[in-house]
Amino acid sequence: MAWFKKSKELKTDKKVKIPEGLWVKCDSCKEIIYKKEIDRNLKVCPKCNYHFRISARERIKLLVDEGSFTEIDATLASNDPLKFRDKIPYKERLEENRRKSGLAEASISGEALIEGHPVMIVIMDFSFMGGSMGSVVGEKVVRAAEAALEAKKPLIIVSSSGGARMQEGIFSLMQMARVAAAIARLNDNGILYISILADPTFGGVTASFAMLGDIILAEPKSLIGFAGPRVIEQTIKQQLPEDFQRAEFLLDHGLIDGIIDRKDIKKTVSKIIELLA
Amino acid sequence: MMKYYLEFEKPIEALELKIEELKRISDGKDINLSGEVKKLEKKVKDLRTEIFSGLTPWQKTLLARHPDRPYTLDYIPLIAEDFIELHGDRRFADDKSIVGGIGRIKDTPVMIIGHQKGRGTKERIRRNFGQPNPEGYRKALRLMELAEKFKRPVITLIDTPGAFPGIGAEERGQAEAIAVNLMQMSRLRVPIIAVVIGEGGSGGALALSVADRLYMLEHSIYSVISPEGCAAILWRKNGDFTSEDFSKAADALKLTAQDLLSYKIIDEIIPEPVGGAHRNIEQTARSISDRILDTLEDLRAKTPGKLVEERYKRLKKIGSFVGEG
Repeated sequence: MAWFKKSKELKTDKKVKIPEGLWVKCDSCKEIIYKKEIDRNLKVCPKCNYHFRISARERIKLLVDEGSFTEIDATLASNDPLKFRDKIPYKERLEENRRKSGLAEASISGEALIEGHPVMIVIMDFSFMGGSMGSVVGEKVVRAAEAALEAKKPLIIVSSSGGARMQEGIFSLMQMARVAAAIARLNDNGILYISILADPTFGGVTASFAMLGDIILAEPKSLIGFAGPRVIEQTIKQQLPEDFQRAEFLLDHGLIDGIIDRKDIKKTVSKIIELLA
Repeated sequence: MMKYYLEFEKPIEALELKIEELKRISDGKDINLSGEVKKLEKKVKDLRTEIFSGLTPWQKTLLARHPDRPYTLDYIPLIAEDFIELHGDRRFADDKSIVGGIGRIKDTPVMIIGHQKGRGTKERIRRNFGQPNPEGYRKALRLMELAEKFKRPVITLIDTPGAFPGIGAEERGQAEAIAVNLMQMSRLRVPIIAVVIGEGGSGGALALSVADRLYMLEHSIYSVISPEGCAAILWRKNGDFTSEDFSKAADALKLTAQDLLSYKIIDEIIPEPVGGAHRNIEQTARSISDRILDTLEDLRAKTPGKLVEERYKRLKKIGSFVGEG
């Protein structure tokens, strides 16, 4: 569930006065870096190769051929089945996130070309309620998978999510089963599904479509897991190993196929499609 | 055996203690208090009916976790004959928080798989408090595929706080184990019937409950996150949560069997004896096995292909959104 919301934004500007927006502190190596340099580098830290979180729109630009993306299911919106209310009603929270992110929901889906190969894509966006999966994210994955099956195109999903969306309760939980069932049908019909994991990917998203790829790739240093590190620490009351739940840790433990730099993702995906699909 | 009473059962406890005392007195001497005892027994019965018909979601949560509540291994001998437990995932370990095996319900051989919490400290630790590691899910999948091979229906009993959050669990692919179960259960070519008997804790529960029919015991719960976890995220206090916070979170999560039936996420509620399943395990077990037998009768006629197709359609319906593509 969304364990990764707004945690460390407040810390930096106390000691060092950094002009707003010009300099950025790397989440991983803590170096202060000129923002333009990071932007030029596809939002990758030039010092340590940490891949900063980027928006779904930015990701689409990096992944697919220019001008080839057509969005589907753009108007799907949550309708608050639980009438959930935390500090504010869920409906207001959705509104607030729409305003803040410029997105209708935590994922964008559609058809596109990757170096000329027709594909269906779903891209999650962490900036919309921690990329959490409720009914809409689930539905978009199911529909994209069904469209991929129908058109016999590969499905590519880029995940970045805190997990199932608490505010839609059991409906969110059930999305895990729905999307897994949709992926099962791709398997039964020989359709390629490539899952790309970006920082962070957790909970109900990892435990459903994210770990079901024929090929699973991850961006360097991304945090990926089932339970959030804080929950684990509180449960077992031990310090966690240095690299714990980083992409490199998952690769070491045989859980993913490879770690790919952002700049190489498009090329790699295209090659896999050529070799398998 | 000492009974365990939850906070909201205290008035019942007081009356029951009094009844026992009166019985003791009338046994020992020539005083006949049976009239008085009868009156009190009627009173306690009414009180229990009253309390248990108006439980709040948080009280139901506590009841679903009641230390006397029957677990999978309590039910199996009552619903199945010739049960043989099968162990291990053939890869790493035998996870004791998920048990499974073959047996016979009336005349039908079935595979039964369920979460197992422990009773008593030692057993609880051995069962990891009913929180499976990846091996548990992989054992469950192995048994389901065995059932598929021999065309035996699968019955699952759900009762877990959730999948275990630990270092080893992450190292061995907890998320992958759950995801693969969800996927494989959706296409298993034999009937699957799932019954939530206690706590349906998030993905750890879901990984055994993708089914053709999903039932819940009257006082069981099923939720994306525990009320405690929900409260911690929503109110971010440092530690000091009260049962009022949990109560508010439990209300918000809509996690009772009654809520889930109203959302059509489950097919039916299996009634419990007044006072909860542990008050009469035999009766609860009978209700469960009756439901299973009826359902097996229903599902028997369907071809494997139709079963899988209908299971997918059931899942596809679950969602709540507006707008078209």
